[in-house]
Amino acid sequence: MTIETTYLRHDRPLWRRLLLRPEAILIAAILLIVVLSILGIPNYLRPNPGYTISTLLLNAAPILILLLPLTLIIATGEIDISVGSTLGLSSASFGLMFASGIPLPLAAILSVLIGGMVGAFNGFLVTVVGLPSLAVTIGTLALVRGIAVGMLGTTSVTSFPSDLTSFVRSTVPGTPVPWLIVVFAALAIVFGVLLHFTAFGRGVFAIGLSTETATFSGVNVGRTKFVLFVLSGLTAALVGVMFTLQYSNAIGSNGSGFELRAITAIVLGGVSIWGGTGTLLGAVVGGLFIATVNKSLQILGIGDDAIYVITGSALIISVVVGSIASVISTRRRATTSTA
Amino acid sequence: MSHLLELHGVTKTFGAVAALAGADMVLDAGSIHALVGENGAGKSTLVKIIGGLHGRDSGEFLLDGESVDFRSTADAKHHGIAVIYQEPTLFPDLTVAENIFVGRQPYTRFGFVNRAEMRRATRELTARLGVAIDPDRDARGLSIADQQIIEIAKAISLNAKVVIMDEPTAALSGVEVDQLMGIARQLRDEGKGIIFISHRFDEVFALCDTVTVMRDGQHIETNALADVTTDMIIRQMVGRSVDNLFPKQEAQIGNVVLSVEHLTRAGVFEDVSFQVRAGEIVCLAGLVGAGRSEIARAVFGVDKYESGSVMIDGAVVPRHKPSAAMGLGMGFVPEDRRKQGLAMTAGVQTNITLAIRNQVAKLGFISSKLEHGPAEIWARRLQVKTRALDTHAVMLSGGNQQKVVLAKWLATSPKLLIIDEPTRGIDVGTKSEVHRLISELAGNGVAVLMISSELPEVIGMADRVLVVREGRLTGNISRSDVTAEAVMYAATHGAEHEVAK
Repeated sequence: MTIETTYLRHDRPLWRRLLLRPEAILIAAILLIVVLSILGIPNYLRPNPGYTISTLLLNAAPILILLLPLTLIIATGEIDISVGSTLGLSSASFGLMFASGIPLPLAAILSVLIGGMVGAFNGFLVTVVGLPSLAVTIGTLALVRGIAVGMLGTTSVTSFPSDLTSFVRSTVPGTPVPWLIVVFAALAIVFGVLLHFTAFGRGVFAIGLSTETATFSGVNVGRTKFVLFVLSGLTAALVGVMFTLQYSNAIGSNGSGFELRAITAIVLGGVSIWGGTGTLLGAVVGGLFIATVNKSLQILGIGDDAIYVITGSALIISVVVGSIASVISTRRRATTSTA
Repeated sequence: MSHLLELHGVTKTFGAVAALAGADMVLDAGSIHALVGENGAGKSTLVKIIGGLHGRDSGEFLLDGESVDFRSTADAKHHGIAVIYQEPTLFPDLTVAENIFVGRQPYTRFGFVNRAEMRRATRELTARLGVAIDPDRDARGLSIADQQIIEIAKAISLNAKVVIMDEPTAALSGVEVDQLMGIARQLRDEGKGIIFISHRFDEVFALCDTVTVMRDGQHIETNALADVTTDMIIRQMVGRSVDNLFPKQEAQIGNVVLSVEHLTRAGVFEDVSFQVRAGEIVCLAGLVGAGRSEIARAVFGVDKYESGSVMIDGAVVPRHKPSAAMGLGMGFVPEDRRKQGLAMTAGVQTNITLAIRNQVAKLGFISSKLEHGPAEIWARRLQVKTRALDTHAVMLSGGNQQKVVLAKWLATSPKLLIIDEPTRGIDVGTKSEVHRLISELAGNGVAVLMISSELPEVIGMADRVLVVREGRLTGNISRSDVTAEAVMYAATHGAEHEVAK
């Protein structure tokens, strides 16, 4: 004789669930910046060839791809700050192998696998040895960069086939969309589905929310994290190869500081740095936000230093705002639940 | 003569919710005063107002006959009010002495922290409480009982007049409870006023002199304990009579489902062998720390073990692999629902489907649409009280959270369900609902392995009681022979009821 209980599917109405998301706020902010720029910057719509929408997307592509697996790692509550260095190692080894006569496709594949090995090394130390990922990847950040720079010294390899490098820089015919963005979109769909529409992704979030609960629910915490670190390494190395071709320049210092830009984008996009919440879409929108701000600042002729200051501040503000929001909502919860 | 602490007509609302709608409490010095009520009755809110965590909206609050208005917990502490929580919040990396004197360390005349003085004072405090805890050891790894004692020592060193114990015994074993009650009596004899919150009536009757019952944020009755019975208190608490706290139905006992043989983990448990049959409820009883949870965790695969074997329906369960155990039909409702059972900041639906995330997928893909059906069915079957299925678990009351954890595991259709402390910290009404559910499960042929520190629960529910003492099975008592004395004897001495098989 149970009473038929009915439940609402959602506690809050649709518009509140959609509009109060960090993604929605960031998209609004992007639109606002574009509108303000159109109104306030004389040449915004008709800039020099260096500042078109295509170049904006092309420049943003490496970070956008890097942040995809990194978002999943952050969702588990871990972090991988070695991705920029892995990119550099991949670039240097790709250049070295190509210069020493190894066919380009083979060199590319081997370079990507080297990145996978870096990821597996990180994953091993984090999951098997049980070290904190921040410490481990600070270590590999330095270690891998050292190897990358050591490989080529101060020289760089630039003799890549020009039809290939210009193809990597080109757009899909008839559109302003670079081919690299097509690669990004394909990977984004793969990682987005993996995170949001598979049992694996449910496990990823569960780990971030409570590792113990995840363990008790049959999530293989170690294996999940290991797989993510390997994916992160492979992706960073893939970006390394594409980045090398994009700029026709293989050098060990490629990708320096990219890890910070990617993490900034992810956190700006509403993915909790403590794990457990956020969306891949948010992280991507975070990346686009930074690219949009950068574009406006560059057209205004503001230098890289100022851009660093602004993105750094944006990161801190987003973390602070996120913390305040969660403190407020926890308080509200605490007070209603102890009623 | 004025009372030590008086609250009259206290109200407190949070948003639209009235947490307190006229709470009264009068505490005298040299008294142990029980505060009882179902979860959500307003006990915690009242304690938080007394402890300075919340302000009141209206009503009188007198301390020693003078009206007070605490602005912070520090303010309340300064006025001699100490609150001991169920799960103490010590700094795990500080020593015992440092924890007691945190923020007010004694200094030497050179301006350094005077460790010798801290140690001496700590020894004196713990000796006064009749316990021996090394002042220099880290708080990490201390039993909950010892942590509470440290909190009490801290309260004494702060000259607390009012000591509030919020469900202090929920996580303690029998011996530890006795020790805590001894300390409470000692504080009473020293003239302090003690408010004791507990769901365990045997303790209330053994310890307290007065009882105040709350329901729906209101004061219901205050009586001398000598004038009331458990039934009367329960009736006041729930506003109706609860006839049977432990409805265990007869169930058809079937084939052996779980078979554990010679399970050993050095220093934790040794040579543990037992079986659980379909339809049977087997209870692991014993003191906290005897190794009950550890055995269960090893059986499920969360922890490792060195030798022995675990089988479900004759199939060997791989070691240290919960997903494999789940695949063979095992479920585990863990002890700590907040940390181990739930993802607190995820929705009810996500929590219910977490353990069946592979089954709700279509072609490997899942979505909240696919999860909705099972989540709704199980939430409804367990009568989870929530407005929406995406409400975060943290928003639910303890009893409803426990129902979500049960729903999560019932959704897996287990052959064997391990339930560690099924009713810890949940109110009387929900408690009997949970007991009825477990009993129904057994009736449907599920094998149940239950761990409980509450003897009445063990005695009421179990077909067989396995008593664990220091990692070994020291008793195997069938339903017809089980008494509190037999269980306690095996748990503390372990000689009389050696395991037959």
